[in-house]
Amino acid sequence: MMKSLKTFKIGGVHPEENKRSANAPIQILPFPKQAIIPLGQNLGAPSKLLVKRGDEVKTGQLIGSGESFISANLHSPFTGKVSKVDDFLDSSGYRRPAIVIDVQEEDIWEDGIDTSAAIKREITADRQTIIDTIKSCGIVGLGGATFPTHVKLMVPDGKKAEFLIINGVECEPYLTSDHRLMLEKGEEMLIGIQILMKALNVEKAIVGIENNKPDAINHLTELAKSFDGIQIQALKVKYPQGGEKQLIKATLNREVPSGKLPIEVGCVVSNVGTAVAVYEAVQKNKPLIERVVTVTGKAVKKPSNFMVRVGTPVQQLLDAAEGLPENTGKIINGGPMMGKAITSTEVPVVKGTSGILLMKTEESRRKTLVNCIRCSKCTTVCPMGLEPFLLGKLVKMERYEDSMKERIMDCIECGSCHFTCPSSLPLLDYLRLGKQRAGQIIRSRK
Amino acid sequence: MNQFTISGSPHVHGEESVSKIMYTVVLALVPAVLVSTYFFGLDAVRVLLIAVISCMFFEWVIQKYIIKGPVTITDGSAMVAGLLLAFNVPANLPWWIIVIGALVTIGIAKMSFGGLGRNPFNPALVGRVFMLISFPVQMTSWPVAKPLFAEGLTDAITGPTALGILKEGVSAGKTIDQIMADPAMPNYIDRLTGNMSGSLGEMSAIALIIGGLFMIIRKVIDWQVPFSIIFTVFAFAGIFHLVDPSMYVEPTFHLFAGGLMLGAIFMATDMVSSPMTISGKWVYGIGIGLITIIIRLWGAYPEGISFAILIMNAFVPLINNSLKPKRFGVKAVSK
Amino acid sequence: MNEVILFALLTLGLLGTVAAVILYFVAQKFKVIEDPKIDLVDDVLPKANCGGCGFPGCRAFAEALVKSANVNHSLEGLNCPVGGNDTMKSAAAILGLEVEEKDPLIAVIRCNGSKVNSPAKIDYDGPSTCAFAHNLYAGEGGCPFGCLGLGDCVVSCDFDAIHINPETGLPEVNEKCVACGACVKACPRSIIELRPKGKKDRRIFVSCINQEKGGVAKKNCAVACIGCSKCFKVCPFDAITMNNNLAYIDPIKCKLCRKCVTECPTNAIHEINFPVRKVKTETSEETVETKKTMAVSHDNSNENPA
Repeated sequence: MMKSLKTFKIGGVHPEENKRSANAPIQILPFPKQAIIPLGQNLGAPSKLLVKRGDEVKTGQLIGSGESFISANLHSPFTGKVSKVDDFLDSSGYRRPAIVIDVQEEDIWEDGIDTSAAIKREITADRQTIIDTIKSCGIVGLGGATFPTHVKLMVPDGKKAEFLIINGVECEPYLTSDHRLMLEKGEEMLIGIQILMKALNVEKAIVGIENNKPDAINHLTELAKSFDGIQIQALKVKYPQGGEKQLIKATLNREVPSGKLPIEVGCVVSNVGTAVAVYEAVQKNKPLIERVVTVTGKAVKKPSNFMVRVGTPVQQLLDAAEGLPENTGKIINGGPMMGKAITSTEVPVVKGTSGILLMKTEESRRKTLVNCIRCSKCTTVCPMGLEPFLLGKLVKMERYEDSMKERIMDCIECGSCHFTCPSSLPLLDYLRLGKQRAGQIIRSRK
Repeated sequence: MNQFTISGSPHVHGEESVSKIMYTVVLALVPAVLVSTYFFGLDAVRVLLIAVISCMFFEWVIQKYIIKGPVTITDGSAMVAGLLLAFNVPANLPWWIIVIGALVTIGIAKMSFGGLGRNPFNPALVGRVFMLISFPVQMTSWPVAKPLFAEGLTDAITGPTALGILKEGVSAGKTIDQIMADPAMPNYIDRLTGNMSGSLGEMSAIALIIGGLFMIIRKVIDWQVPFSIIFTVFAFAGIFHLVDPSMYVEPTFHLFAGGLMLGAIFMATDMVSSPMTISGKWVYGIGIGLITIIIRLWGAYPEGISFAILIMNAFVPLINNSLKPKRFGVKAVSK
Repeated sequence: MNEVILFALLTLGLLGTVAAVILYFVAQKFKVIEDPKIDLVDDVLPKANCGGCGFPGCRAFAEALVKSANVNHSLEGLNCPVGGNDTMKSAAAILGLEVEEKDPLIAVIRCNGSKVNSPAKIDYDGPSTCAFAHNLYAGEGGCPFGCLGLGDCVVSCDFDAIHINPETGLPEVNEKCVACGACVKACPRSIIELRPKGKKDRRIFVSCINQEKGGVAKKNCAVACIGCSKCFKVCPFDAITMNNNLAYIDPIKCKLCRKCVTECPTNAIHEINFPVRKVKTETSEETVETKKTMAVSHDNSNENPA
């Protein structure tokens, strides 16, 4: 009866799903009084500052420009006055340059932006215009990596894109922003996918969705019937299926060669949120200024999904979800497996913030560390076929060259090894440090 | 004001822990404990208790007074070592030999290498081999099994194991049929259920297999190691039996006689001293199987599995370096 | 029986002799010709193999010294910080050269963000290495330049010269320090600097490397350098430079007059091993812990330190 669902072959773990906010429809979050907009919200170089203290800005106005190859434009999410440009605490744990805007309650949109809610189905732009619009609207990957989308769409010479893979998997526990987006903006998403297909010149797109979201699978399957070339693929639930290499393996059974990008096997991977943002950019000329953020956690009174303007301090979201629970021990920007713990609720939401997760004090600390018992569970669960126990040991001994031979640079930092280890070894911490140092060695060789 | 905690991701953890693994092994040993108590009565209980208590005691003393570090005797690893040590000795072994064995197991084979997770050799086997070579007489005078409620048997009857009888007979030049006809040789049913003489853990293969399946289901051990050992022994013995049935006994004899089941399921699968990759585990298991059966057929000792496991333990670092897991995105041949 | 023993003796004796002869010839054939001076120089080196000279071990340093003597006829640029001037003089003598005396250096911790001065606002949970914590966030006290207190410097020291003081959470350097530079490299924030030990082991330095604006820095740490430039204005020897809201005292120009120490409003400038002043030092509202004189006893007479 049931053909077994596809998934990737090597490794993987099954953390508790805890999708508490799956049934909470997206609510528009009220604006904050003051917004803090960091200049570095994407992978690559931070945007160059274009405004100064005292400037009046409109919603959607360009306030930062992407100058180098891997960088993105930044637009004002609010209407108001720039009150200062200074260093502010962001989710990196450090203070970084940011623009502070005193927010005015009513939006005054920048010229040329279509703010109507009507869905525009027909795609009139040609391929180059699509890529240029995506670039000028500052679209970056909303899955969390924030890689500038226009760069991803520029297929290098000699390579050809065959498939567009859309990540609707949302394999991180707790997070439901992509899920709600698929349910509530399914048609916009599919149009966005078509736009991306046109930009890449591909005829086939596959949307991968994990089997714990049957309503999204059914809804999109129904909608996709009227779209050419878009296939909705249900996948078995396994972490980290959202990793692009794992997703390509699961949907197409192709393995991206070690050290290379997905385009090597003819694929480009994008997130569902990015597809919706692309729709809004190309069809409505609306730059990326807002995104869906999940606020969740075991103690949160009202787990919710909010449509949040970039620059909103996290405290605003917590207030809307009925407050910071009493015994909160940790606040995480993102999901529990790959998210970053933040040090204060004044940190703003940025383009890459997919969720705010609050952990109770009793679950905030790690378990006691014991010796490695060589159980090899870390090796069994690593989706890239690495040996985390060995890499961790090599990094501890500062043998970075040897760790590179053992392919530490292939690590996708998913955290499966650390999650599984019975001795509670801090494997991912060592792997991250090792990758950083090994990366420095590689760069210094060039 | 809340003082938040900060740490690197991931911020959640799975259910695994060292104690859980160790206590699962203890549970898996329960059927075998019950069987050995049934066959050897209070002697079995005595040996088990002395072994477990001495192992835990020595670990406590060494951790607290010699290493002066944290004491971890509650993680279950000393208990497992004690139970396995007890399973490797006859039920009539004097208490002081057991204590010496425990000292070697914990002090030399485990603690001197750095404690849990650092021992290159299986500690219980090191203890057992030490006792075997130092006290060969006491370690090879096995009491005959006296089922708890059987009648007409007195205490203190010792006799050789099935493998012992086989080895003696072969050295004396007898044929297999003659050896099997020897009244001292337990019959097929007795060998299967464990109604024969031997160390505590060499009794019922069925109880050990039940324990093994339990551990495999709970994902504490991989099936590859026990399977490859048992299969190799069976196949090798089977080939020789087919070639010359008068010189070589049929292969199921080897499966149920001696410590093969105990060694394959509980000793070779010790995580610390076995290889880390699946392909490594196959090589390890086949190696153990081969060495065991070669010692059994042609070596001086009737039982070979302890030595086989210790020899293959020495090869584990080499196996780990040569046999790497399948890498994502790398074509088959290269590492 | 005798035959057996005789036979065994002869066979093994013959085998041994043959092996010895073969080994002798092989050793001669594959012998590495080395300048004999390398051995002589190597003997006077301290054999700590710490890498402070920049070479992998004392033997390699000896080779470098001999090579430099042969090629450049000088030992310019080569120094053994552990052995110091004595060792360099002995090595130079063997090679027939002169070498100039260098001031001994010592590692100096340029941060006073103790648990009291820079109270923890966040609780760190994870491996106890500064390298990780540095990548994760600014630090428990909030200053992104401050000491994380997890001891990477302690681990790197081969001479048992640096330890974390559990009360303050900061490292402290003792007299065993030979200025090999290992801790300087180990610190991910470059807080440790090698500075001259100074006359009578006295030195003055700014115990802060925070480059943030004064208000921001002070919010996180009570004894931060706020870049107010008062020290810069009062220094009679032009030894202080201001850069990025931070003062820096040049150890060569500094004449240890101590005027800047009293001038600093946050007590960020430290004086080591000076006699205790009679004049009351500047106090501030909050409780401030300043580093007291190091645990080296000094004569507390009223000498004029300049």
